Amino acid sequence: MKNVKTTLASVVAVAALGLSAQASAGTTLDAVTKKGFVQCGVSDGLPGFSYTDSRGAYRGIDVDVCRGVAAALFGDANKVRFTPLTAKERFTALQSGEVDILSRNTTWTSSRDSGMGLNFTGVTYYDGQGFLVSKKLGVKSAKELDGAAVCIQAGTTTELNLSDYFRANGMKYTPITYDKSDETVKALEAGRCDVLTSDQSQLYAQRIKLANPDGYVVLPEVISKEPLGPVVRQGDDEWFNIVRWTLFAQVNAEELGVTSANVEELAKNSKNPDVRRLLGAEGEYGKDLRMPKDWAVKLIKQIGNYGEMFERNVGKGSELKIERGLNALWNNGGLQYAPPVR
Amino acid sequence: MQNPANGPSTRGSMMTDPKVRAWVFQVLAITTVLAVGWYLFHNTQSNLAQRGITSGFAFLNNSAGFGILQSLIDYTESDTYGRVFVVGLLNTLLVSVLGIFIATLIGFIVGIARLSPNWLISRLAAVYIEIFRNIPPLLQIFFWYFAVLRAMPPPRDSHALGEAFFLNIRGLYLPSPTPDDGFWAFVVALALAIAGCVALARWSRAHHEATGRRFPVLPGSIALLLGLPALVALVAGSPFHWSVPELTGFNFRGGWVVIPELVALTLALSIYTAAFIAEIVRSGIQAVSHGQTEAARSLGLRPGPILRLVIIPQAMRVIIPPLTSQYLNLVKNSSLAAAIGYPDLVSVFAGTVLNQTGQAIETIAITMSVYLAISLSISLLMNWYNKRIALVER
Repeated sequence: MKNVKTTLASVVAVAALGLSAQASAGTTLDAVTKKGFVQCGVSDGLPGFSYTDSRGAYRGIDVDVCRGVAAALFGDANKVRFTPLTAKERFTALQSGEVDILSRNTTWTSSRDSGMGLNFTGVTYYDGQGFLVSKKLGVKSAKELDGAAVCIQAGTTTELNLSDYFRANGMKYTPITYDKSDETVKALEAGRCDVLTSDQSQLYAQRIKLANPDGYVVLPEVISKEPLGPVVRQGDDEWFNIVRWTLFAQVNAEELGVTSANVEELAKNSKNPDVRRLLGAEGEYGKDLRMPKDWAVKLIKQIGNYGEMFERNVGKGSELKIERGLNALWNNGGLQYAPPVR
Repeated sequence: MQNPANGPSTRGSMMTDPKVRAWVFQVLAITTVLAVGWYLFHNTQSNLAQRGITSGFAFLNNSAGFGILQSLIDYTESDTYGRVFVVGLLNTLLVSVLGIFIATLIGFIVGIARLSPNWLISRLAAVYIEIFRNIPPLLQIFFWYFAVLRAMPPPRDSHALGEAFFLNIRGLYLPSPTPDDGFWAFVVALALAIAGCVALARWSRAHHEATGRRFPVLPGSIALLLGLPALVALVAGSPFHWSVPELTGFNFRGGWVVIPELVALTLALSIYTAAFIAEIVRSGIQAVSHGQTEAARSLGLRPGPILRLVIIPQAMRVIIPPLTSQYLNLVKNSSLAAAIGYPDLVSVFAGTVLNQTGQAIETIAITMSVYLAISLSISLLMNWYNKRIALVER
């Protein structure tokens, strides 16, 4: 089915590019405002990033990015519709206009940013590629993986990094490629491959899907830089700015101590000019973005600041228990840093 | 016929002239088609440019940078997307050729079995047909891949046949021949043996027609095919040495490996298509009137030769056209490969390459044209064969 879907998506994209009237800058925001919701492309099931819970609601950090944009635009985080996409389908879906935002643990690379007509708006999660192996193999380091069969998800940067790493270290491997990350996990469990490679955050997420998570271990090597972030179409700066500043507002809020619990309080009473500008109490910064004056208040109230979003989905408040690490604020030893509102 | 009421046509009534009208409408139709085509092309081009999406076929020369599970030609990660295309195409052709061969074999056997006077055999054939043609091919692929081949043991507990053949979840490992000293002598001997067989068959036919006596062609051919190369190998030295798979580290190394993805796909496609072919074969045989059998019997022919010499040649004329469609279906169904990660053209080229380059229009266009080309070639071949065996009225 997947290939049918991929092919279908591509054919639709081809048709859409041929038939659609010429796109012009600024149309995404108008279209989104008109239809009243944000169409968001997410992954086909990855705990912590985007998955459906037992009641069928979408959850995860990638999901919250889109909810945040909806909260900022409409004042209602639920005005989002989700389209689950495989790694292979994702870019065509965005290029063809099937989704407005692609928020699907996608690595920011130069070719994607330039050649594919896409723009990355920021980094929601600083990641790196790692390896998951069965403890039974007794492997302690990725350098011992010569000759291994490796399960990978098709159409990812992972595929490319893997080949670079093995070539650089003079080792051989057999690539076993599937369209869905679930299938790679099943194949690892069945023994079709010796090792599963993916972004480390995904490995932790996939490990909890295994029947016996304790039988598997994530190797210490991180072989690549994987900055993951939301993507929009190139050439629509207005929409680009909205998605980008939604994330920046959350990072700024964490830095300024604004949380979902105190945001309304602070919007009214804060004396701190940084907080007042962020929350729309001072200046017209929302208007420049063509958003409501109190957009950041709605955003933080409903989604929380960056730290809250992180801990709830992948950090202490989740099953994954991932440390902040690189994703801590810049003044806390991490890389998360946002330009000021002024 | 001229209508006398209108009289001879005048300049004002050009549109009433059927010849002129036909021309006008044809030119209009062609112009419209061309205009729509040009509009689509131009619009696509300007949309791509506007959205900053690279277009053109230059990407085929860029290096791919990812590995492929199975490749019939030498392929490394530093090869180009163009070579990835060839690898994918060959993998598609491999599974198609294997599938067509096995499906035809099973199909003919089951189709004939379906007509067997033996109750058990004909029922079994009927059950086979009804089961396999009524389950979607994708499910059959999943069945073979996930239910059957995933149940194989890990490499370290492989089923072994001697010290050379191993079967495990990673595939079937076989010893592979590599050319040795006597290789070329062996190849020449084999070619001579084949030529000898052809000559023998021709001579035997002439001999049969001239004298009415049969010469045992089959045993003779087998003796020639086996004997001559063996003799040459004894003289010139062994043509091959065998590279035997050996368990080192994680996996077996050396020898050939038949990956489970290929096995599952080939099995599922051939078994599925064979059910249709069986019905086609049955319909073909039943289309030959019973009088032919009776006539042949009255000449004293036994059931075997009746089937081979009288029924099948006539049935083939009915069988070939729908059989062609089944072959085309099998080739197109092979694109279901992506569901189990077999690296065929759709999976590798219209999937991974498309995703790595983002050039959807080019890759999809190429892939579509390739399937069109494969299908048309099969059609041409089968039409030629059909013409060859067609009834020639004397």
